[in-house]
Amino acid sequence: MADAHHAQLLARLDASCRRPVLTFLVSAVAWLLLGSLLALIASIKLHSPEFMADAEWLTFGRVRAAHLNAVAYGWAAMAALGVLLWLVPRLTRAPLRGPTWLVGVGWVWNALVTLGVSAILAGYSTSVEWLEFPLPIALCLAVCFAAVAIAAIDMLVRRQVEHIYVSLWYLTAVMVWFPVLYLTANIGLHGGVLTGVAQSMTNWWFAHNVLGLFVTPIALGTLYYVLPKVIGRPIHSYYLSLVGFWALALFYNWAGLHHLVGGPVPMWAVTVGIVASMMMLIPVATVAYNQHMTMRGHFHLLRTSPALRFVVFGGMSYFVVSVQGSFEALRGMSEVVHFTQYTVGHAHLGMYGFFSMIMFGAYYFVLPRLTGREWPSPALIQVHFWCSAIGIGVYFVALTIGGIQQGLLLADASVPFLEVVQATMPWLQARSISGLALTVAHLAFAAGVAGTVFGGPSQDRAPTLLGQPAGGGA
Amino acid sequence: MIEPRTLLLGALATVSFSLTGYVLIPALGIETEPTTLADGSAYPEALGESARRGREAYRDLGCMYCHSQQVRPVGFGADQERGWGRRGSLPIDYVGQSPPLLGTMRTGPDLADVGSRQPSDTWHLVHLYDPQLTSAGSNMPPFRFLFDHVPEPAEGALTLPEGATPAGVAVVPTERALDLVAYLKALKQAPDVTGGSDE
Repeated sequence: MADAHHAQLLARLDASCRRPVLTFLVSAVAWLLLGSLLALIASIKLHSPEFMADAEWLTFGRVRAAHLNAVAYGWAAMAALGVLLWLVPRLTRAPLRGPTWLVGVGWVWNALVTLGVSAILAGYSTSVEWLEFPLPIALCLAVCFAAVAIAAIDMLVRRQVEHIYVSLWYLTAVMVWFPVLYLTANIGLHGGVLTGVAQSMTNWWFAHNVLGLFVTPIALGTLYYVLPKVIGRPIHSYYLSLVGFWALALFYNWAGLHHLVGGPVPMWAVTVGIVASMMMLIPVATVAYNQHMTMRGHFHLLRTSPALRFVVFGGMSYFVVSVQGSFEALRGMSEVVHFTQYTVGHAHLGMYGFFSMIMFGAYYFVLPRLTGREWPSPALIQVHFWCSAIGIGVYFVALTIGGIQQGLLLADASVPFLEVVQATMPWLQARSISGLALTVAHLAFAAGVAGTVFGGPSQDRAPTLLGQPAGGGA
Repeated sequence: MIEPRTLLLGALATVSFSLTGYVLIPALGIETEPTTLADGSAYPEALGESARRGREAYRDLGCMYCHSQQVRPVGFGADQERGWGRRGSLPIDYVGQSPPLLGTMRTGPDLADVGSRQPSDTWHLVHLYDPQLTSAGSNMPPFRFLFDHVPEPAEGALTLPEGATPAGVAVVPTERALDLVAYLKALKQAPDVTGGSDE
């Protein structure tokens, strides 16, 4: 009886958020596809500069910024907010209110990102990394975010649970962090408040924090939810997750200024940035240890559960990319790899290997529960997983090796600059190939999403697994 | 047990803390006025009309994504050995700039002092039209769309090596190309500046 009651409650919670969550999640996939196309164009241009060279709106400097903003504000933000709007009702046991409004917010968000990406391609970018959208578009996006935040905090206030679960800590903090970061940075930089290197400092305070205090907490919140649900046992240590959360909240804030090592900014700020980057080893280690101890004895489920496989891949990438990031911040390392493709490899391991893979896992977990339809084909999921995993693997290895080589050559003034450029070519070509693999992965993913969301009437069938389960798991 | 209020206020506290350090303190503490050099001139000098428009072209074409504008100090990389500048960049170099175009990538060389090492209009124009003509093996895209192709003879046409354009076609830089070059030529470090927040 208790089970039936529980199932009814979950069905009611899912029903309350179904339409806005699907709006955000499906839109995000469309942005992922467009972002992949822009990425491929940019990547090819870097080793074949004549490719589409006469189209001004697709010149490298524009298409690269268009790619970043399409995937950051289209794919990543919409996927993150979609997953958040599904998780919060589940974690608070309070149904979402105002779903129709939020569907509208999703469509306005789409319109704003369309405008923003078009503005970049048309030459109206601000040329401030991660903040390329013109100020009016950014301010409207902030209003949209506020609408989502209000809906989430409203559920938090009406919560029907005693205990606030770890995932909800992260999601709640994001409701504060993102608006503060985004509004401060946009108004400070584009609103005529700051000039000179004070802008650069605010720029990297924002750009690093948008990863650490927006996408990271949402991905970790998702990981802390999906992992125990799929394997059917609680997270290993509550206290470790507590340490991990507050250490992230304290240290991540200060890490961003390592992006200006060796640059024309006050020395103290860069030093603080480096120290905070090293301190990040604490929250990262707690998450990794907690994940590993929770998974222990259940690794065989990676064979069958798509959600678990993507989420665990993401969690492992989180560990690798974070440890890499901490050491990358050190002056000796920065001297070589700053200004090179190494940084690009690192950024993609974070945004893709960690964040996007966890979001993919969340889609595999959430969509069948929301739509009542199973994923149409295990083969599509296999293509998605392997093309993503191998694609990001090749991407990361190529740009890491290529970037170190580029940095060492740049540091040797006896090597002419054009020889440095030539040395990066094979690695940039390898990156284009990995981009192709990632695009194939996204097409397989999009096909699966379309089948699940828009497929025929709901069927009553078993979960789509990637092989014969050795007992249990979904 | 954590209350939502603790979370919201705690999150606000941590982000406000770093906002104070990285946004407010620099906003108040970093110089925002030009300085006076030994010879009595102001530094940094305001850009001329054409160079100012050129800076907008630099911004809208996203040149910043491949070219940094910051020279690192001696002993940290080989910037100065490569001839990219004669001293490490200082906050004073960026006074009044919005946005400062520091950049994060060196797919191409640093441009903080490009006006000093490459003062030729013709070189810059030919390089923009087709980087292979001046820098074979470069992966910079050609900016042919900043030039008009008109029948020969044409006033202000570029002198290009034979075979670079079809016979009878002259290549004339647009206003935007000329502005961009004016900006690039204006990118010059004053060598004897001291000061900045590191002092």
